[in-house]
Amino acid sequence: MTTNLSVDEKKDVYGVIGKNPLRHDGTDKVTGRAQYGADIRLPGMLYGAMLRSPHAHARILSIDTSKAEAYSGVRAVVTAKDLPDVESKIAELGEGTINLLHQSNNVMAKDKVLYFGHAIAGVAAINAHVAEEAAALIKVEYEVLPPVLDVRKAMQHDSPILLDGMRTDELGKKGDYPSNIAAHYQAQVGDVEKGFQDAAVIVEREFFTSMVHQGYIEPQNATAQHNPDGQITIWCSTQGAFGVREQVAEILQIPISKIRVIPMEIGGGFGGKIGVYLEPVVVLLSRKSGHRPVKMTMSRSDVLAATGPTSGSYVKVKMGADANGMIAAAQAMLAYEAGAYPGSPVGAGMGVIFAPYRIENALIDGYDVLVNKPRTAAYRAPGGTNAAFACESVIDELSEKLGMDPFDFRLLNGAKEGDRRVDGPVYDRIGFLETLEAAKNSPHYRAQLEGPNRGRGVAGGFWFNYGGKSSASVSVNSDGTVSLLTGSVDIGGTRTSVAMQLAEGLGIPAESIRPVVADTDSVGYTEGTYGSRTTFATGWAVYEVGKQLKEKLLERAATIWETELDQIRFEHGIFLFDDKQMTFAELASRLDETGGPVVASAAVRPEQSGPAFAAHIVDVEVDPETGKVQILRYTAVQDAGKAIYPDYVESQMQGGVAQGVGWALNEEYLYDDQGRLVNSSLLDYRMPVALDLPMIDTILVEVPNPGHPYGVRGVGEVPIIPPPAALVNAIYRAMGVRMNILPATPARVVAELNKQKG
Amino acid sequence: MPIVWIPSLLRDLTNGQKSLSIKGDTVRQVIENLEREYPGIKERLCDGDHMRPSISIVVDGHTSTLKLRHRLHESSEVHFVISISGGKS
Repeated sequence: MTTNLSVDEKKDVYGVIGKNPLRHDGTDKVTGRAQYGADIRLPGMLYGAMLRSPHAHARILSIDTSKAEAYSGVRAVVTAKDLPDVESKIAELGEGTINLLHQSNNVMAKDKVLYFGHAIAGVAAINAHVAEEAAALIKVEYEVLPPVLDVRKAMQHDSPILLDGMRTDELGKKGDYPSNIAAHYQAQVGDVEKGFQDAAVIVEREFFTSMVHQGYIEPQNATAQHNPDGQITIWCSTQGAFGVREQVAEILQIPISKIRVIPMEIGGGFGGKIGVYLEPVVVLLSRKSGHRPVKMTMSRSDVLAATGPTSGSYVKVKMGADANGMIAAAQAMLAYEAGAYPGSPVGAGMGVIFAPYRIENALIDGYDVLVNKPRTAAYRAPGGTNAAFACESVIDELSEKLGMDPFDFRLLNGAKEGDRRVDGPVYDRIGFLETLEAAKNSPHYRAQLEGPNRGRGVAGGFWFNYGGKSSASVSVNSDGTVSLLTGSVDIGGTRTSVAMQLAEGLGIPAESIRPVVADTDSVGYTEGTYGSRTTFATGWAVYEVGKQLKEKLLERAATIWETELDQIRFEHGIFLFDDKQMTFAELASRLDETGGPVVASAAVRPEQSGPAFAAHIVDVEVDPETGKVQILRYTAVQDAGKAIYPDYVESQMQGGVAQGVGWALNEEYLYDDQGRLVNSSLLDYRMPVALDLPMIDTILVEVPNPGHPYGVRGVGEVPIIPPPAALVNAIYRAMGVRMNILPATPARVVAELNKQKG
Repeated sequence: MPIVWIPSLLRDLTNGQKSLSIKGDTVRQVIENLEREYPGIKERLCDGDHMRPSISIVVDGHTSTLKLRHRLHESSEVHFVISISGGKS
């Protein structure tokens, strides 16, 4: 069930926005005609395979590829020696940055392997079986080193060091000794010690979360054609074609003008398909094999072992409130696993942890820590879920100690327009209080929950959202349709949510827009589909291009009616002059007689992305014998800004909840004491399936973002933030035990129940 | 004058001051003027001619895309916050 609670004064003026048209790519997707990376077949194509490390931490003493090269059917073998030497320097890449040396070493290990599954060599052969057999013939001599797998152990002085030159960075000040702590960050406001002195109630707890994977359906894949003239074409599954082009150019030291990236349809990404893994390797293999195209596809085991999951973490939170329930002070320490190279999302975790609340005294420390696990990648609101799990659990305990309803406590302390975040900036118009009110007044929260071993939990959540760079190009067709090119890969239905914003501006149906996801040679620079940015930023580019188109078409109408431009009006897709009128389609059919084609393009980089807030409610029943947690009912409430395509917003919310439930109850990377991943299949890495979840109800609260022409806020990320906290709070209400370790597996729940029994 | 909020890890350079009124028409000028009064702070915020990648400039509540070139007005509020990008080094 979806409920829509709008505070948008313009909600009734839209003709297209807010409706649910048929999605443009629907038929291709449901009939299997959509082309994914693994569908690529090219004449003379070779197939690739990777050799990966069986060790979590080892020095590479030698690599002998001679037997593989001599194996029948093999056309090329590459190792890190085929990668150009790059400096340890930072390259700007859209939303973030990469250290070129780390990125290169992650593509193929040079001196050391730093995690189980670390790529070492690539092979291209006449088929995938031959390639795999040849890869197994590559002889690597290792000096095996002790691995470090626990974030707190990795922070100790006597821990094995992953990167010899690593010193802790504190805003440009380097530490004096080698350390796995790549960086220490801090945010501070007010006087936290005095704040705790003023508190009537204080709760201090530790929390642990495991490394988890995005779990996208489609494994990574890439095909490359390196031509003799140096021109390169790459077909791949990526969230951002321009980002792939930049990374491959930097890693291989090739000008970007030599590289064309064609993004294929994508079977999910959730942040995990921003960084490159296979793309530079298949380019090298194509060049070395005599310029034949080479395709490589990961297995599910490769995906789990060697692509970027998100950080496991240790978070300690202390919060105090006065007798009236006002938060007096808050303190947190967050230590996030970065995996093999620096770059965990601990900064984002620090930004998220207290963001929903108005707190005058706070101190947050964050640590980015290397461990012998895969280099972490973004995962839907990266870093936020770990942080909110800790804070929202402590909030629940505080409200209980104060005898307050958990939503009333949050409403009393919730942030609103004009309040200052702990890290400094002041909020514009936000909708957290409206979201909390909607949750508190929802049919779910008003209903009684009865029965033994049952409990109800709630939690809130915040996510920044992001703007970024987007471009769009359009041309008017003579049949009244408009072709729309964007560089935004369509993951969650953004072809349609973007096309609807163009259709709204032109006063024509969404079905009259023909949206195409273009390659890097066909449209202006566009950042990837991440950061909940595509409907917001690419939608804005499309809004701008629509305005240009309208101006050009008004001129054409003036030409047809042989009058001045200022005499022409445009209303709801109709051009008007005196008592004459012409539809958009009628004018489109007369472009030839008024000057020829009409095209337009626009590029934007908006800054006011508008934060998103959520409040979730969940009812559970816990089996006291087995510890299994059954979800009985779930409601997700969210400030969605203006919901362009409400069905998509709902599905984003439901998808975020499903992933958050997996993170909370089942999913975790399991390593043996040598750092070998022991659950690298979906049989053993337990993601939720349909039977694990009830229908997830949604309530859309529409508080328009003042920083967007249609009021759009990103919606895709914040729904993964509250579920773990909401679930452990529900388990507490059901059984009286507070789970501070994720996932709260049946075994861990039983262990806590046994401890409770004494 | 624009108000600049000093990151807590750099407050040892500003005698513990949390925020300062500093002249400057752009973020770059503000940092240059900060450096004159509090030597060493520019090197902690910038890497050569760029902001350190781990720091985002937030002006009047919004993350700046123009960064050091961002133009300020008399009542601007400048924050140096931790970048939110995740999973990339």
